Amino acid sequence: MKIGILVFPGTWSHQDFEHVCRDVVGIDCGLIWHKDTSVAGYDCLILPGGFAHGDYLRCGGIARFSPVMEAVVAFARSGGPVLGSCNGFQILCEAGLLPGALLRNTSLQYRCRWVHIRTESVSTPFTRAMRPGQVLKVPISHGEGRYYVPPQELAALEAQQQIIFRYATPDGQVTPEANPNGALDNIAGVCNAGRNVVGLMPHPERASEAVLGSTDGRLFFTSVLESLAAATR
Amino acid sequence: MVEARIHVTLKKSVLDPQGDTVKSGLASLGFSGVEDCRIGKFMVLKLQESDPQKARAQVDEMCRKLLANPVIEEYVFEISEVAG
Repeated sequence: MKIGILVFPGTWSHQDFEHVCRDVVGIDCGLIWHKDTSVAGYDCLILPGGFAHGDYLRCGGIARFSPVMEAVVAFARSGGPVLGSCNGFQILCEAGLLPGALLRNTSLQYRCRWVHIRTESVSTPFTRAMRPGQVLKVPISHGEGRYYVPPQELAALEAQQQIIFRYATPDGQVTPEANPNGALDNIAGVCNAGRNVVGLMPHPERASEAVLGSTDGRLFFTSVLESLAAATR
Repeated sequence: MVEARIHVTLKKSVLDPQGDTVKSGLASLGFSGVEDCRIGKFMVLKLQESDPQKARAQVDEMCRKLLANPVIEEYVFEISEVAG
């Protein structure tokens, strides 16, 4: 079982993901450079945060043309689990693997702080070890995290339970005050129709050790371990 | 040669906090009659294509595929003939 962590020019969270996989959770992992054209040998892919290709034009807008993305799209279309965090979420939206888009925060300011997110669905490979409604303490670090989908698509996402996380208070109330970026309906994370591709703005890899202030992020890693183990049984 | 001048802005249905902030800045300066302000991107392309009709089709495809994100943005462009 091996996790592949994608690295684009400008990606900055890949070493944190590598550290958590290898040293904290004990999963084999490897880095995949954006010019590689194959993801063979990997059972799960992670697109970390950062500023891929400088976020020129739009966040994630150029990264989708990186040579590796063709293999990532094929992996995702064949049902392989793919997680995008922060800039990785933006790339997955731009690549058409996830619905919607991420816009400039309504505050117009970069937000780097702890938030709480409520787990809205545990039926994805990255949330199956969580409890429905479980509130996670995780950090955000972004200037463009305001999730948006057109109204008719929002209704469809809701109906198909593709909204995976919402910004909430520590006790799980979804309020405007708990929303750090103006995201539509407090949406912090979504999945695709096939439920194997998940994207969220927060950083689970920065919340996986007590010394950093939270271990809730570890649930993403244990979830995918469980789901891969279940798939091979 | 043909030059394309492309404007990309957020759709009307999408909140533009930058535009709103600039609008209130204008109001502070006494320009109280500004009804709306939208901030966008402006791109200028020079194309080898000499037929404006073909250039128009090319630029439209570029906008749809890359220069604008159809989920959140809309675009307009003008095509003009320029000296090489």
